[in-house]
Amino acid sequence: MLSFVIRRLLVAIPTMIVLVVVSYVLMFAAPGGPFNSEKPLPPAVMANVEARYGLDRPYVVQIATYVWNIVARWDFGPSFKYRDQTVSGLIAQGFPVTLTYGFWAFVVAVAAGVSLGVAAAVRQNSWLDYGAVGFAIGSSVLPNFVLAPILVLVFTLWLDWLPAGGWYGGEARYVVLPVIALATSYLAAIARITRSSMLEVLNSGFIRTARAKGLPMRLIVWRHALKPALLPVLSYLGPAFVAMITGSVVIDMFFSTGGIGQSFVNSALNRDYSVMMGVTILVGALTIAFNLVVDVLYAWIDPKIRY
Amino acid sequence: MSGLTDPAILGAPERDEGGRSLWADARRRFVRNRAAMAGLVVLLLIALFAFGGGLLARHDPATVNFTLIGVNAYKGVPSLETGYYFGTDAEGRDLYARTVQGTRLSLLIGLVGSLVAVVVGTLYGAVSGYLGGRADGAMMRLVDILLSIPFMFVLILLLVMFGRSLLVMFVGIGLTSWLSMARIARGQTLSIKGKEFVEAAVATGVRPSRIVLRHVVPNLAGVVVVYATLLVPEMILYESFISWLGLGVQEPNTSLGALISAGSKQILGQYTEPWQLWFPLGIFVAMLFSLYFVGDGLRDALDPKDR
Repeated sequence: MLSFVIRRLLVAIPTMIVLVVVSYVLMFAAPGGPFNSEKPLPPAVMANVEARYGLDRPYVVQIATYVWNIVARWDFGPSFKYRDQTVSGLIAQGFPVTLTYGFWAFVVAVAAGVSLGVAAAVRQNSWLDYGAVGFAIGSSVLPNFVLAPILVLVFTLWLDWLPAGGWYGGEARYVVLPVIALATSYLAAIARITRSSMLEVLNSGFIRTARAKGLPMRLIVWRHALKPALLPVLSYLGPAFVAMITGSVVIDMFFSTGGIGQSFVNSALNRDYSVMMGVTILVGALTIAFNLVVDVLYAWIDPKIRY
Repeated sequence: MSGLTDPAILGAPERDEGGRSLWADARRRFVRNRAAMAGLVVLLLIALFAFGGGLLARHDPATVNFTLIGVNAYKGVPSLETGYYFGTDAEGRDLYARTVQGTRLSLLIGLVGSLVAVVVGTLYGAVSGYLGGRADGAMMRLVDILLSIPFMFVLILLLVMFGRSLLVMFVGIGLTSWLSMARIARGQTLSIKGKEFVEAAVATGVRPSRIVLRHVVPNLAGVVVVYATLLVPEMILYESFISWLGLGVQEPNTSLGALISAGSKQILGQYTEPWQLWFPLGIFVAMLFSLYFVGDGLRDALDPKDR
């Protein structure tokens, strides 16, 4: 088990390096640097500016310094656009917000998705099953950037129950709509996967044996069927996590929650490369770490996996 | 089942075998699937709309009608008389012509994305799976590394650095779309590799490159077609997502994502011109719905073990 974890870590590290190098190289390959403006700076001033941000040194040194500063001091460098802000400062501001509603959305999607999928599979071809399947198909064509305005239209403009946006330190009423908007499509996908794998498990021999010896359905599902049925769900959680992080950009923009996605899009609109790179690298690191956790969990739950 | 392992039938579906080939079987199954056929019809109508709808437009998509500014809410309503079938957008441009333009762009993105996936992903996966051993390990490791990078962020990085042009968008989407296709093709190749006809080809001294192209790739067709259809909506969602953020295609070009973004801002701001959301959104949802149904139908028709 330990050697499996170590081997997975050995894959994770080059992945991280590839990501950092690719984004850094992209920045240099890009036509037009961050300090190009309509009125070109005098060469002497330009040289000064580049020296200030360390852009006059060889690329390899720059990348090494960049990586070292992140690893050793959690320092992603200064923002190229706003002199009084550092990238790590922006991340420290936005990240807790993203983490809060992202966590709740994840919990809601997994808990509700699994319950819905199990219920639909146990009562196959009932109205509940059809409802679950219909919901799953419906929400797969309603991405969160479509769902969010519809939610606001219904719950804010028509019903006047919840605020349309803002964060206010994560007060409950401000968190509800972002969580629903982010969770729904993953909830549906998890329900669909759970349902089909649960159906497969329920049709297998050991479940028939359990029924034959007279175990109540509830016990069969809990004791015997749930664990094998959840394996495909577990392997979906990796991609779901990535998609949720990406989706959080929409949530941040639409609900003005002030999360990390907002600084990403703002920096994209401002061509503030260092902020974009910092966020990309952070998100990449999170993704890799999460995939690692999922893989280890998978190996732990599924005895058939050899590691 | 013998039709499954016979490369002659899969490789040349147009040849008349006298009997029922796998493809003829699949077609029968597909035609009998009512949801898939309905999806196909809707999809064809949308394609007709996207590529021929411009002929019906009475206004140019980029022309601003200055007489409508400020009085859009009651003069720009959808009507057959003024020729603004879908009304006008906030700038007084013909929403019908712009929706045609946006739908066309979305369809093109979907097609290009899956085309790259089909060509690059299939070949890469087939070669990797066929070679096996070290080469396979290295090639798949590369895919794993690329898959765990949050590509939406990298794509936005690309768009910001190299300008928001269609070319960058196509390249960026092409870069990501082939990855999971390569994995699927590889898995399938592994099982094909052990079949007798491949063994026979090896025994008669056929070159490896020829075996991959003539014997392995045609047998991947079923899986590849199914997955490519499911990839189209994904690519369309990608593009719409980026355009929704305002980081995608630039004016005067437009896409469904950009139109939905503008429409939802309008509807949440004043709610005087709701058609600006409902028309693009309706087409978008109908398109995704029908693509999912067609993809599902194809999977049922072509993947015999999933029935």
